[in-house]
Formats: sequence, C-alpha cells, structure tokens
Amino acid sequence: MIKFSKQQLKVPKLMRPVYLVTAGQSKFDRAIPDKRTEELCVDALTMAAEMLNLTPAELKQYIHTCYYGHFADHFGDQLLGEAVIHDRLGLDPLGNIGVKTGGATGGSTLWEAVKTVASGYSDCVLAMGWERMDEVPTDEGNFLISCAADKDWESPLGHIYTGYYAVMAQKYWQVFGKAEDSFRRTLAEISVKHHGYARFNPFAQGPMKITVDDVLKSPVVAYPLRALDACLMSVGAACAIICDEATAIKLTKNTKNKPLRIWVSAGSHTLRPADRRDMEIPLLPNETPDQYKNMEKEFPGSARYPGFTGFLGARMAAWYAYRMTGIVDPTKDLDVIELHDAFTISDVQTYEDIGLRPYGHGRDYVESGDCYHTNPKTGKPGKLPSNLSGGLIGCMHAVGATGIMQTFEIATHIWNRWAEMHGDEKLWKKFNRKKPADWTDLQVKGAKRALAISHAGVGSHVTATILMDPDHLLKKDA
Amino acid sequence: MSMFGQVYVKNNQYKIKGDFHHLTPCTPIRNADDGWKLMGVTNPREMTYMHSYGGEAIFFESLSQGKLMATKCENPKCESKGSIYQPFRIFCPDCLGKMAVMDMTKLAKEKATIHTFMVCERSGAFNILDKPIKFINIEFDGVCTILMSYLSKGDPEIGMRVVPIFQTLNPTYTILDLSWVPAGTKASALPQGFTF
Ligand SMILES: [Zn+2]
Repeated sequence: MIKFSKQQLKVPKLMRPVYLVTAGQSKFDRAIPDKRTEELCVDALTMAAEMLNLTPAELKQYIHTCYYGHFADHFGDQLLGEAVIHDRLGLDPLGNIGVKTGGATGGSTLWEAVKTVASGYSDCVLAMGWERMDEVPTDEGNFLISCAADKDWESPLGHIYTGYYAVMAQKYWQVFGKAEDSFRRTLAEISVKHHGYARFNPFAQGPMKITVDDVLKSPVVAYPLRALDACLMSVGAACAIICDEATAIKLTKNTKNKPLRIWVSAGSHTLRPADRRDMEIPLLPNETPDQYKNMEKEFPGSARYPGFTGFLGARMAAWYAYRMTGIVDPTKDLDVIELHDAFTISDVQTYEDIGLRPYGHGRDYVESGDCYHTNPKTGKPGKLPSNLSGGLIGCMHAVGATGIMQTFEIATHIWNRWAEMHGDEKLWKKFNRKKPADWTDLQVKGAKRALAISHAGVGSHVTATILMDPDHLLKKDA
Repeated sequence: MSMFGQVYVKNNQYKIKGDFHHLTPCTPIRNADDGWKLMGVTNPREMTYMHSYGGEAIFFESLSQGKLMATKCENPKCESKGSIYQPFRIFCPDCLGKMAVMDMTKLAKEKATIHTFMVCERSGAFNILDKPIKFINIEFDGVCTILMSYLSKGDPEIGMRVVPIFQTLNPTYTILDLSWVPAGTKASALPQGFTF
C-alpha cells in the first residue's frame, strides 16, 4: 500500500492567469515523403498566425521562449531535432528546450509553456510538437516504440509495445467488462464514432464510414483488441501560443479568437506496469469514500487499485486539474473534451480515471449517448461530446503533436470557429482530400469549458489541459 | 572475415574486440509519379551496443542457473519494510535503501498465479519469441508487484497457477531466459534449453 504526502497533494496554483491565444496544425498522414519536418512545423505556425490575422513574422516578434515536443529521436534518426526546427523557424537567439514524455509529449509541452508564462519568465511562449513516424517500415517502427518500455525487462518480450498495454486491456475486459459481447460492441462503437467524426476533419488521416460489425471483423491484434480498435501511426505537427493577459489582449484584438484561460496538470505512474503497488483510490470532487466499498463484490477481481485496470497517472492529472480550476462534476462543468484513445478500451478506462463515470461504469458514457456530438438515442446534443476530431483512432497520433492537436480542437469550439477550421473547401483541397457530401458541422454550440487528456503508453505520464472562456470561470482565483 | 563485436571488463573498463558496426551504402529514394525525381536517401546501419546490468546482473546470471532472485527492503525505519519486489529492483522505491537480494524460486514454484495476460499475434522487428506471444503478468503471495513474462506452454487464464522455467542450456542472459508453464507440466514437455 502506498500513500501520498500532504506536500505531494498540494493543489497547483499559477502565479498569474495564463491564456491560449491561437493554435495551428499541419496535415496528418501515415507518411508525408514530400515534406521535411520543418515544413510541417512552418505550416502549423503559419496557421496559428493566420488565425490572428498576422503573418508568421509578426507573430514571431512576440515569442520569448520555445518548447518543442518531439518524442522519438530514433524515428527520425536525428538527435536534437528540436534545435533543427528552432533554427528553421528562425527563432534564434531565443531559449528553447525539447520535451519528451512518450504519448503525453504534446500535453507535457503545453504544461511547460503554461508554467513559463505563469512564473513571469516569459509573456509569450511557443509550444510546438511533431512526430515523424514514416522513416521506418511498421515492423521496425514497432521495435522503436518498444524501446520506450524497460529495455531489460520488457522490450525483449516481442518488441511490441501493444502487448505491454494489452495485458491491462485484458484485465479490464474480464473484470469490469465481464467479457460480455455487449461490452465488446460498445468498444467497437467508439471506433465507429471516431473514424466517423474524422470524416468531417480535413486534417485527419483515418476517416472511415464503418459499422460495429466491420470493427468486429477486423484482424485481431491482441484478443479482444482488433486492428480497428487501435490508434493510427502518423506524421504531422501542431502548435499553440501561450501568453500572459496583456499580450493575449493585444494579440487577439480585432480577431475572432478570444483569449482562453489555460491550465495544465500532470500525473505519472510506473513505466513498467509490473512495478505497480496497491493504494487507496484518490477521490475526485464528484466521488465519495463509500462509493467504492462494494467494488470487489460488483466486479470480482477489482480489489487491487489501480491494479492493471486503472491509470493512476490520469487519475492524478484530473485530481490536480479539477481542484486547480474548480471543476466538481466534469460531465456537467465541461462542454467538450478530447481523450487519448490509443485503443477503444483505454478510452473507456480514461472515462473512469477522470471521473466521467465511477470506476467500473465507463461504458455507460458511450451507451448513454453522452459522448456524441448529437446523442443518437435522443437526437439532442450529447451531454459531453468527446473526440470530435476523430481522436487518435480517426485523426492522428503524431506523438509529440497529439496533445497540442487536441487543444487546437477544443479551442476551436470555444472560439466558435470549428466549422470554419474544418469546413473550408480550400483546406480540403490543399491536403488533397475530398470533403464528403454529407459533411456535418460538429461545432459544440455555446462551448465555454473544455478538457484534453494527453497520455503516454501504459500510463507513465498523463496531462490534463483545461481551457475556459475567461467570462465563464468556475473558481474566482483559479 | 568480420567478427561480431565482443566485450569484457578489466579494471572496470570495457575491452572490445571485433566489429561494432557494418558499413552499408545509402541508396536514393525516387518518385515514380514524377519522372523519378530524387525524394531522399536510405540510411542503413548495423551497430553493436555495450550495456551494463549493474546491480541487476545477479538477477540475469541467476536465471541461467535456474534461480529467480528478488529483493526485499530490510530497512527497519522504512514504511514499506519487508516488502518484496519482483521485478528485482536494486533500491527500495520508498526509502532508497539498498535492498537485500533473496532467492524466491521456491515461492515462485508454489505461489505464482496469472494476474492478467494477452495473446499477441503481432511482434516488432528483432522479435525472437514464437508467435502468438502469450504475455502473462504474474502475482505471487507476499510480493507487492506483478511480474511481466511469457507463457511457453498451454493457454493463459486469469488465476491459473504457473511455475517458472529457465533457459539453463545456451542462456541468452536476458529476461527471455525466464518463462512459465502451467503447474503440473512435465519436464519432457518443456521448450528446448529450458529446465525447471
Ligand atoms: Zn525501504
């Protein structure tokens, strides 16, 4: 049993309000052989500038520090790739640093950028993330990804990272999912939803009009997970500009972007799931100590927490973030979210870790229809739409960019610019993609508060990014 | 005739012999849709690394001798005193005291069950395990962590009793020297090179 000290559970506090003023991203695809990484980063930064009616040169004048999220040096065979991009963006002589925390790299890059502004060190920071996963074939790519597991204790076991995560999926599947066909179909529904939403996103690489049965017939990767349950492997870049209040007001004057308050929190848990020890469930503001008393009875085999079924890193990121920003019930207090759907089943695990549903009941978030833009059961707006970008399953997982792409997505809803940024014919043409005839506007009407979860592998690092319209805060001194 | 790089340690320095890399030429990548114009180049590379097991070396050496070693915190002031760790870890995660090395082979033979598992149809490059790979995570009575390994015989199930087997003939000196079979498996059924 491990316990956390009072000091470790301090609720984080930013020393001054921090704002997201703009963001941008490149096209995402499995391979982009006609572009160097810096070309993708320039695309992202140019879009961020254009959203503020500025040229990149004008926007660059404000930037004071740069954080670069790029996970896998060995994929691109370039150490200090961050410095290469920094030079090519013409941002010398500014201080810059690379960030890498596996799949959570994008979120961690924002975490650093926000703290840099909050501390007063900088008034305007660039957070740019990218990944280049197309310079080796898939088999070798799987080998390289497996190097992010413990090289003596895990990687030699098949050199397949999916397998190290999949054992956790199996435990969840049997204990909380009770290996039920109905639960398997719910998982498939998540894939249908995310590939489906990707059809309306010109940046997305995995648009598909599929059915639950298509998912259930796709090849088994690791039973019960199938090919269509898994995220994509991608190339692409995304960026965000983080500012203090004065700079935010200046940069957004006469633009469609309202400065949005931003907070990022982070949690972690053992890189080797093997090292997990038992503990009490750290409770979120919408949970009570007795609600988990009968968990073992309801779900035999669930007594060990977090065991192999929960992500403590995600739970702690939410624990800090909700207390920092005044969120009590995320389903009520938030309007739109993007989650790290590395697999359909990890999406469900995350619903519980971040308190959308109690542990064991994550599937209800899908089955109730709450997770949809439009609830298919009621025809009314979903209570808390998730992954309208298509997520990692439908849009992309260009690791270092993923957490920033999610933030771009949720911000466009609060800016009320979702349709503009996803429906523009010119964008579809530029990416050589065909806008579907049934393209649908997924703007969440009146969105004021949003959340993005960025997550590494088996849950070693997780960040929670929260955006709020400054006129709709939940806590005065947040 | 080239020879794969080999290494030993003398006076705490690496002594190396043979080739640690092989030179292979780059080749151009061209665009079939656009007059075979140049798009990039391949970068082949084969290289040998030297990696130290440090304080975990005894664990890997013991596998080749048919023993499963664990560690235990014996610091009387530690809040986790008495906790046993498998994976073997050198320092206690709580007090950072150096832990005592213990032989847990008997415990593993009597008290190991499958906590969870996964049968994996795919593998990455350089995999040498037979497919599908049967990943298993093993819990032991009295051990506070859950070891990851692989099952060499039968089909895994949560709660199944398993026993360790060791590659004592031609060991690889890696974690692959440790595998598991369902309790009751006969010695004659073990994979080549493995013993109880
Ligand atoms: Zn200790």
